[in-house]
Amino acid sequence: MLFKAYGDGLLLDHRPSDPTANLPRISCMMMSQAITLHYSDAAPPQRAYVGPRQVAQGRRLAATNETDWAALMLAVRDRQDRAAFAALFRHFAPRVKAFLMKSGTEASLAEDCAQDVLATVWQKAHLFDPTRASVATWVFTIARNRRIDIARRDRRPEPEALDWGGEGQEPDQADIYEAAEEAARLTEALKILPDAQRALVARAFYGDLSHSEIAAETGLPLGTIKSRIRLALDRLRTKMS
Amino acid sequence: MTIKHHLSDQLLMGYAAGNLPEAFSLVVATHVSLCDECRARLGAYEAVGGAVLETETAEMSEASLEACLARLGQPEAPQKPVPRRGFLPTPLADYVGGDLAQVRWKPLGMGVRQAILPTGKGASARLLYIPAGQSVPDHGHRGLELTLVLQGAFRDDKDRFGPGDVEIADESDEHTPIAEAGADCICLAATDAPLRFMALIPRLLQPIFRI
Repeated sequence: MLFKAYGDGLLLDHRPSDPTANLPRISCMMMSQAITLHYSDAAPPQRAYVGPRQVAQGRRLAATNETDWAALMLAVRDRQDRAAFAALFRHFAPRVKAFLMKSGTEASLAEDCAQDVLATVWQKAHLFDPTRASVATWVFTIARNRRIDIARRDRRPEPEALDWGGEGQEPDQADIYEAAEEAARLTEALKILPDAQRALVARAFYGDLSHSEIAAETGLPLGTIKSRIRLALDRLRTKMS
Repeated sequence: MTIKHHLSDQLLMGYAAGNLPEAFSLVVATHVSLCDECRARLGAYEAVGGAVLETETAEMSEASLEACLARLGQPEAPQKPVPRRGFLPTPLADYVGGDLAQVRWKPLGMGVRQAILPTGKGASARLLYIPAGQSVPDHGHRGLELTLVLQGAFRDDKDRFGPGDVEIADESDEHTPIAEAGADCICLAATDAPLRFMALIPRLLQPIFRI
């Protein structure tokens, strides 16, 4: 499902993106502020100009606090938008701090490092590609690397970087939408895992478990995410050859 | 390169979490550089990290946003990734300090050579050079051993491991791999057990190990 901001109104392009999900969504973005709306009944595909007031009054629509982080991140990347950065900071800095504390970092150091991580988000914004990973995933990788620095743990060599040739190219909106949707579904799936299993997954990412203690089966649906990345890699290889 | 033997879920998740000994991370990073399937699986595990990040919050102090905004400078300019220059995948070339020609091989006898790579504690990594048709020295395993084929191939009684394939062996595996005829076999091996075959010892043990 796609949307574009036009003036202060919104153009909704609604089409079901996943036949297995019974929850069609309409995402509405207004400049750097964004809200997502859900409604529970399936409706025929529609394309309509909707003003902000109509959105607010929409009868079966219930606003959630789900924000379009990718749009904010692109505003930072492409326009150095400080207001968008502030919104990202308010959401992600407390999460990075909690992540570092869970990984054994003391609170005040975790707070300083959360600032570092968000400053890196600004600094390295050009590396963010919304078609490949959600903002949360990208921020996680920066926070993880910071955690490794704090612990003065072993170096972690990175795989060869690929040239996705992203610069100057308009990313495919459907790809961005799908990547964000998948990340949202994965977050939901993690929330509803049985407590013990969720704790085990979390501990692995807090760096609590050695590789031999990590359970092979997370109980999370990773197939679709893997397939989408694989498809993108196949397309890239075709383009390169 | 048709890769048949991939990384395990445990290794990919441990690497995504940033929690592997350096030597194992080097094997994972090198294999992922060669294998799109595992690169995609790694992306999925990093997405799990993103989901975990979303689950908990800790309050930041009032001033933190202002402090952070005040230190934002000019963002980095986009850079094109450096393409692989030689034979060795980039993460491995970084440890060797060059390409295959720069590897400082130490002979182990019968044409077998090794080069230990500088990694942190907990596990060790080395490059192995085994002439075509030669059996691979060592091989009861203690701990976990990863062997990534870079050139040539080796076989044991069950499987064949060609370029890009990674063999994951633990204590329960007892086998005698043999480098295939044809190209000499070059592997990156990492183990969390103490290194057993130093240059001198295999020479003493040659009759037993037939190396």
